[in-house]
Amino acid sequence: MGSSDSLGGSCPVPLMRSEQVLAAHGGGGKLTADLLTRIFRPHFSNPLLDQEHDGAVFSAPASRLAFTADGYVVQPLFFPGGNIGTLAIHGTANDLAMCGARPMYFSACFVLEEGLSLQVLEQVVESMGQAARAIGVQIVAGDTKVVERSHGTGLHLAMSGIGAIEHSLAIEPSSVRGEDVVILSGDIGRHGIAVLAARQQLDFQGALPSDCAPLYAPVAALLEAGIEIHCLRDLTRGGLAAAIVEIAGKAGLAIEIDERLIPVAPAVRGACELLGLDPVHVACEGRFIVFVPPSNVEQALAVLHSQSVSADARVIGRVAAGSAGQTTRITPVGSRRMLDLPTGEQLPRIC
Amino acid sequence: MCLAIPGKVIELQGEHSLERVGRIDFNGILRDVSVACTPEVKVGDYVLVHAGFSLSIVDEAEALALLATFADEVVHELSPESPT
Amino acid sequence: MKYLDEFRDAAIVQRQAALLHRITTRPWTIMEICGGQTHAILRFGIDEILPPSMTLIHGPGCPVCVTPASLIDQAAFLSNLPGVVLCTYGDMLRVPGGKDDLQSAKARGGDVRMVYSPLDAVELAQWEPDCEVVFFAVGFETTIPGTALAILRAKHRGLRNFSVLSAHVRVLPALQVILQEPACRVQGLLAAGHVCTVTGCGEYEPLAREFKIPVAVTGFEPVDILDGIIECVRQLEQGTAQVVNRYARSVRAAGNPVAQALVHEVFEPVDMEWRGLPEIPEGGFKLRNTFQEFDAAAKFAIPGMTLAKVSECIAGAILQGIKKPGECPAFGHPCTPLNPLGAPMVSSEGACAAYYRYRPQLVEIATQEHRRGE
Repeated sequence: MGSSDSLGGSCPVPLMRSEQVLAAHGGGGKLTADLLTRIFRPHFSNPLLDQEHDGAVFSAPASRLAFTADGYVVQPLFFPGGNIGTLAIHGTANDLAMCGARPMYFSACFVLEEGLSLQVLEQVVESMGQAARAIGVQIVAGDTKVVERSHGTGLHLAMSGIGAIEHSLAIEPSSVRGEDVVILSGDIGRHGIAVLAARQQLDFQGALPSDCAPLYAPVAALLEAGIEIHCLRDLTRGGLAAAIVEIAGKAGLAIEIDERLIPVAPAVRGACELLGLDPVHVACEGRFIVFVPPSNVEQALAVLHSQSVSADARVIGRVAAGSAGQTTRITPVGSRRMLDLPTGEQLPRIC
Repeated sequence: MCLAIPGKVIELQGEHSLERVGRIDFNGILRDVSVACTPEVKVGDYVLVHAGFSLSIVDEAEALALLATFADEVVHELSPESPT
Repeated sequence: MKYLDEFRDAAIVQRQAALLHRITTRPWTIMEICGGQTHAILRFGIDEILPPSMTLIHGPGCPVCVTPASLIDQAAFLSNLPGVVLCTYGDMLRVPGGKDDLQSAKARGGDVRMVYSPLDAVELAQWEPDCEVVFFAVGFETTIPGTALAILRAKHRGLRNFSVLSAHVRVLPALQVILQEPACRVQGLLAAGHVCTVTGCGEYEPLAREFKIPVAVTGFEPVDILDGIIECVRQLEQGTAQVVNRYARSVRAAGNPVAQALVHEVFEPVDMEWRGLPEIPEGGFKLRNTFQEFDAAAKFAIPGMTLAKVSECIAGAILQGIKKPGECPAFGHPCTPLNPLGAPMVSSEGACAAYYRYRPQLVEIATQEHRRGE
């Protein structure tokens, strides 16, 4: 891991222990090597990474692969239930899981700001190592760059991941059919509220931890049970609404969800009411929706309930009659409204 | 224009009226707000909170009265309403 | 959640809708004043369960929408001054000013921070004495007591690094201007329940008498809004024009005297430009001279901001209920929530923005007309 900086700047000052990230840490020289040895390799260690080659070489784990890439810039770096590192591992793994792929090999590129505490960096890296090992993922490649200090958090992550597809289903929006039922794996909005709570200026307590969690286990269980999975989508930015709207658009179908069936934890509800946010627009990081034919619903629910991360799975909607891409919500008072995407960042309202 | 929601007062602190603060429970979310505008508030009351301060104490009887108006199928049509 | 869920009860709403259909014999036009009420109406689909003959007009009660564009430019200007931290409510961040907006100012390096409460801005000033904290005070009478509290707290604590840029506005004077307009079609009013929680109901009496319109002081949940509409229709059907408090669980007839006193101590009425409307006499609030040290307008040399008038925008007619968003030639093209020309497209409570989100068929019609070159 690590490559030399094209400027080739090397620090004339003898190697010294620093408590903070310095420009020289990205220089490809002794300080970079020190960073790799002290922080990255111990926590990410695996046979491929330990070879210290320029690239990881391995046989394709399956005849069909899934490949994903994602950037992580969450602010603040640490929040109840996780940090940028766990988010990066789970987020990347979940993108693969949503293709029905077992997450296997990841790369992690770190863009660090000068002045970032090395202790913070190590905490993040340690979390990543633990999260990856827990789900059988190896971080086999990566890079570190250092940029000038700015007003940011000091740490940005760019991930990519390869997963193995061990089934023959086409799990994608175009597989969704006119009778399909939408199942949601659990309550929504925890992650977005956890992150908001961690931002000091909103100053409220009692927020639940983020729901940040890996999702391949329930997907694997569904596959093993022979469930006819038509489409999977994890809920991230834009929340449940974004996932439904995107799939309806790509599938060219109309989808209707019933708000009365959507689980929202009381504290998430409280925070949303207080700040004027709509739970269907609030980010999650450990929740997904799955589209299955009506004949598979009961069994799919039983399988999901057997997995802890989807123990509260329930039917929340269905593909409905309507024009392509149309998305509808049944409101708590029983009327029907269009389900829309949020406009940009979710900002607390005054009015 | 005025997003204000009801929450339960679980604690009160501060001596000076301008600094009097209530810890409010919104379904498990806790937030400290100024209760300077509702000096008569007591622990256990529900207050309407807007932008970090309390606007009024919720009157339970009035809340129930409004709901009772529509509590059954037979709703009186055009019954005279007394003005404020 | 207590005092929320009961007022979203579907069975009650159905009964209310049925009652409303039974008692409505003519096509009435009712205005809900408050942006929060507009939001609830659209969010819960209340407009679709009303009698088809009824027209709901979305009033000017969105302080975010009516904040003068020049004030937003001033706030953006302040945020770029060295040492200044500009604190603002979240929904002001995206509102376009005449030349600038807070989100862009932040992207350029201005120190713009979102707060939930003006009191948080005071805490910030306390904990960061090297910063000049300026709070961009937007809002109607509901919100002004919070700003007054913040200023009084800052004074009590002897803070010298806290000030307020006041964009506070008053509902009643604006209502009068709107109702005076001969083309105004409003026949009944849902008064903003949270404003009245502070001000009381009495100031609506002269309005009801002068314009002969019933006024229902109304809350914000579906049951409240339908209840307020039922009250207005009852009165319209029998020809009365009285002010009735239908939000008595929060609103006392005299309002909140403590809050009123705080506002009176710190602020005084001033003529104020409202975005999209003519200047409203006593339509705004400014800090009294005794609190000049907390007035950002006095503390900082803010250059005068001149505005180019956007001719396509018919915000005035929208806010007065004379025209609907779908009737605006610019609706959807080019005016959209991401590229708003005027106030009602700016905030999600604004009538035009709400229509844009919840009435996609209107956007489609606008798109087609635009393509036909009409």
